[in-house]
Amino acid sequence: MKIAVCVSHVPDTASKISVGSDGKTIDPNGVTFIVNPYDEFAIEEALKFKESKGEGEVVVISVGPDANKETLRKALAMGADSGVLLKDDNYRDSMSVAKALAVQIKEMDARLVFFGKQSVDYDNSIVGQLTAELLGYNCISVVVDLKIEGDKITAEREIEGGREVVETSFPVVITTQKGLNEPRYASLKGIMAAKKKTIEEKPAAENINLIEVVQMKKPAAKQPGKIIGTDSSAVPELVRLLKEEAKVI
Amino acid sequence: MANKVLVFIEQRNGVIKKASLEAAKSGSDLADKIGTVSEAVLIGSDVDNAGLLGGYGIKKVVHIKNSELGNYSSSAYADLFAEYANESGADYFIFSNTSMGKDLAPKIAVKLDAGIIVDAVNLDIDGENIIAARPVYAGKAILNVKINSAKKIFTLRPNVFAAGEASDSIAEVEIREVNSPNLSTKVIDIKKSEGKLDVAEADVIVSGGRGLKGPEHFNLIEDLADALGAAVGASRAVVDAGWRSHGEQVGQTGKTVSPTLYIACGISGAIQHLAGMRSSKYIVAINKDKEAPIFQVADYGIAGDVFEILPALTEEIKKIKG
Repeated sequence: MKIAVCVSHVPDTASKISVGSDGKTIDPNGVTFIVNPYDEFAIEEALKFKESKGEGEVVVISVGPDANKETLRKALAMGADSGVLLKDDNYRDSMSVAKALAVQIKEMDARLVFFGKQSVDYDNSIVGQLTAELLGYNCISVVVDLKIEGDKITAEREIEGGREVVETSFPVVITTQKGLNEPRYASLKGIMAAKKKTIEEKPAAENINLIEVVQMKKPAAKQPGKIIGTDSSAVPELVRLLKEEAKVI
Repeated sequence: MANKVLVFIEQRNGVIKKASLEAAKSGSDLADKIGTVSEAVLIGSDVDNAGLLGGYGIKKVVHIKNSELGNYSSSAYADLFAEYANESGADYFIFSNTSMGKDLAPKIAVKLDAGIIVDAVNLDIDGENIIAARPVYAGKAILNVKINSAKKIFTLRPNVFAAGEASDSIAEVEIREVNSPNLSTKVIDIKKSEGKLDVAEADVIVSGGRGLKGPEHFNLIEDLADALGAAVGASRAVVDAGWRSHGEQVGQTGKTVSPTLYIACGISGAIQHLAGMRSSKYIVAINKDKEAPIFQVADYGIAGDVFEILPALTEEIKKIKG
């Protein structure tokens, strides 16, 4: 059984973001790119599933430029079996990314597919759901607990103020949230083994964007506030300001 | 009427969510601006007071009803919404960017061949286009985007668009009973987190960081939160250290929040934390290091010891809240 894990290559969350010269994308200079943090839970869950079955093949897939191979290689070092890079150097909206992934997943006939619940760059959090719907697969998003018994899939997904327990069956797309598992670190042996694993490269399906970026800009700078004291004697003044100036309590 | 606006209304336990009132108001405002009408689609079992959506400008509510639809089912909800969307000929679709909205809206985008913009914080009409602003990189940048397909879906960030005061208007409610919905994916149970407020929905949040020195001191945060009727939040450092659960984490790998009031206690303000809370309307910082970055985004700050200040603040709040 093939298990697909879709990953993205994103700026480290500690990065400062500045707008690039085109005014529509970020300036990548000085930005460190990493495996999207939520995708690490997806990779781990796929590996755990394979290990519990004692068989299967975990294939990691990414849409984007050559640089994404770095993230694919890290997934291979964690233990994934092979990678596929669907090459495209241009901006793609979520639907266009999902269409490229759906073509690949269909071709390799993976009936269990994992995504991180969101990429920490564009923060759309919809590529997994879009891909599932394009494939006609079931889908459970933002999963923090997952049980697969035979054809029955039971997951807990995070919602406002609690969790929903959701039941479905194969074929399925699961998008993973922090708390689902503890992603393993790549061992030295894993890193060495990853060098011998293959990353297949092929052009991504046609890029048709429905969403057009008009402009990227920095958020309006906040006026620096005031420090009203250094100990509890400032508390009455703070409460007065919140009540009378801000009118929030 | 062509190019109608359809608003998806979310209910839990038969009660319409606050975020859906915001979506209803934004949807009907949009319809007014582009010269069309707004309708709401509500999927569920028994639902209270759907007609009151009229107070937010909705002319008609279509309540798609089945006793099995009380809990969310992504498969059934997507099928039923898309079916009505096609019948109504609507071109514009408004959802709330809640856990349900984020799960459902993309499925409908595929079914309707619609472009989708999620987590909008502003919608502006520019001639023929609607320009949506949405935070990216957890708010470190803002993207202005538009949709180039005939059908357009927007999900709106909760707590950002004002629902305002409801008028006395009552919407017409059309109940459509449906048979055997597609329950291939369905919610079979809901586990509530011990009656606590969730940071994603709270109007006031009190957050704690490493300055609390240990999980045993979070009672200081909880006491202040109780006094204010606020939710408890946490920085990534304390979640990673296992002091608090991930559901409380605010920041780029936790939740992005925009409450009316955010009180950061013992949080220095790492860039990924600031990204998740900087759009709060008012920010208070309490931190002993007056150079901490959190003071750059705070409206009011006390550069002192959380252990001394928090109990005093809790007492002061209790006094005025009576």
